[in-house]
Amino acid sequence: MFKNLMSWIEYRLPFMDKMNLHVMQYPAPKNFNFWYFFGSLAMLVLVNQILTGIWLTMNYVPSAEGAFASVEYIMRDVDYGWLLRYMHSTGASAFFVVVYLHMLRGMMYGSYQKPRELLWIFGMLIFLVLMAEAFMGYLLPWGQMSFWGAQVIIGIFGTIPFIGEDLTLWIRGDYVISGATLNRFFALHVIALPLVLVILVFLHIMALHEVGSNNPDGIEIKKDNDGTVEQTEADKKFTFHQYFTRGGKKVIVDAIPFHPYYTVKDLLGVAGFLLIFAWVIFFFPEGGGYFLEAPNFEPANALKTPAHIAPVWYFTPFYAILRAIPHPFMGAVAMFAAIVALALLPWLDRGKVRSIRYRSGLHTANLINFCISFVALGVLGVLPAEGVYTLLAQIFSFTYFGFFILLWFYSKNEKTKPLPIRLT
Amino acid sequence: MMKNLFSVIALVASSWAMAAGPAVHLDKAPIDLTDKASLQNGARLFQNYCLGCHQMQYQRYSRTFSDLAIPEDVGVENLMFTGEKVGDHITNNMSAKDGEKWFGATPPDLTNVARVRGPDWLYTYLRSFYADPSRPFGVNNDVFPLVGMPHVLQELQGMPYKAYETRLVDGASKEVYVGIKTDGSGELNAEEYDRAVADLVNYLEYVGEPTKLEARALGTKVMVFLLIFFVLAYLLKKEYWKDVH
Repeated sequence: MFKNLMSWIEYRLPFMDKMNLHVMQYPAPKNFNFWYFFGSLAMLVLVNQILTGIWLTMNYVPSAEGAFASVEYIMRDVDYGWLLRYMHSTGASAFFVVVYLHMLRGMMYGSYQKPRELLWIFGMLIFLVLMAEAFMGYLLPWGQMSFWGAQVIIGIFGTIPFIGEDLTLWIRGDYVISGATLNRFFALHVIALPLVLVILVFLHIMALHEVGSNNPDGIEIKKDNDGTVEQTEADKKFTFHQYFTRGGKKVIVDAIPFHPYYTVKDLLGVAGFLLIFAWVIFFFPEGGGYFLEAPNFEPANALKTPAHIAPVWYFTPFYAILRAIPHPFMGAVAMFAAIVALALLPWLDRGKVRSIRYRSGLHTANLINFCISFVALGVLGVLPAEGVYTLLAQIFSFTYFGFFILLWFYSKNEKTKPLPIRLT
Repeated sequence: MMKNLFSVIALVASSWAMAAGPAVHLDKAPIDLTDKASLQNGARLFQNYCLGCHQMQYQRYSRTFSDLAIPEDVGVENLMFTGEKVGDHITNNMSAKDGEKWFGATPPDLTNVARVRGPDWLYTYLRSFYADPSRPFGVNNDVFPLVGMPHVLQELQGMPYKAYETRLVDGASKEVYVGIKTDGSGELNAEEYDRAVADLVNYLEYVGEPTKLEARALGTKVMVFLLIFFVLAYLLKKEYWKDVH
């Protein structure tokens, strides 16, 4: 009876077949390391944000008059409201931690290179939408930093020649940041952007499964079936969906089915992540003043500027680049270029070898330079823009862009190590 | 009207800028959220000395009573003065406009003040008033220069003043600032006053985040659970991956 029902459904909607294709018989390289936890963790945090967000919405009041009080109501009068709110606020920071590490993984192992360019582009779009989502969410508690942080970031659009003024007016829906701004940000934050985000994540995974996962060695696990590569006994142990062999044209080596091997491994990653996540939520929800900034416990006041306005930590690397350029509009252009440069990585990197394991020492040094520049800019973005800090921000902006420029030059004829045929 | 508005902006802006100006040394507030007696004394001090001007508009009486283990009838009897209900928020009847007129700026709501300023700032601030006849209320403050607030705890501390001593410095006698002392007209001695301020700050810290102790208790359980979960997840992974290695 049940079997009949299942086959009735299967005939009309091949659910089991799709599950096999994407989960049970999806061939994943067997050598994923620590760095490969962050994709699944990003999914976990996305689910956390959506679920806690839904419950927060049930008691949040999206108006300039009611927003701040309703957040305090959630913190004090709603059962476990404080937990929902801290999970959501800490989740925002966790999202960026996880996504930044996920992106670094892609850079280390060349996961953006051919044929994964579109996969990388979807990822960059997710990053862009995530930044918009976080920015709009930060206005909603209607605290001092919500208000003045939004003032600064909307002001960036105002630096665009000719249309800047009108553009900021269009974004705010008012001449100043007001209840009108809050309401539209609320709408975008809870409906529009999450919807786009979920669709992009879906496309990101579909694009991934089409080209297959990269791995720390940066070599393909689907070889041409021309007799040059023989399957070992271990390779024959698992069945993979026939889609991946392209009708016998490909032979799959050194792969294991995503489920159960990577589902149980990711579960371990989830446990490790949750230990840190819960530790912050329950014991340090303000994250040392970086996840929840102290001035944000004071209601928004248009007449009182906080002594020091700093965006939340995850924006600060780009914010530092913005401030490093003396000209406001050129600063905004540089900041945007910093993100565009990342998106263009598949074309700026002209190398054929993907993984840092087999690339030149110069490339390793350059990637370390990128990491140091990014972190240094992040720190400088928190500090006031004065004196030596401005100079440092200029130097690190230069080395940040230097990474991409250098990469374009040396990657064409880079001295690389010989690639193995099989995963190591 | 506009002129008034601007003078208020200027006043608020200048006082804020000064408050955030050169960092003053802050004393560590000796507070303990598990000390119910201290919290209760803090609540008593708040109701008697602060509530006249400062509200706690997001905190309910009933919440304070239940978290601080104050029986409701005792609380109503001793801590509620104007016929509110226990479910009401801790508010006063001073309008924001009047506050602004009388003090130059509306006395801020204190529900979250400990989260905005931090307990150390509050502890030092309340112990840093000193006599300054040039100010409208006769006092000034080292932590918040030109503050618009009178020294409401004067009744407890006495009139504090900046004390100087004549000392021999490098062979010449000089006036050296030795700290804030009081004229002894208060109900408490210096130690008792510090303790009272600590109790008040303890209460403000509690009100800033009434769920803090609950969060720590629940957090400990969650961490223990996650540790066990981590071990089990590790063993499960190891078991499955036997096929691969």
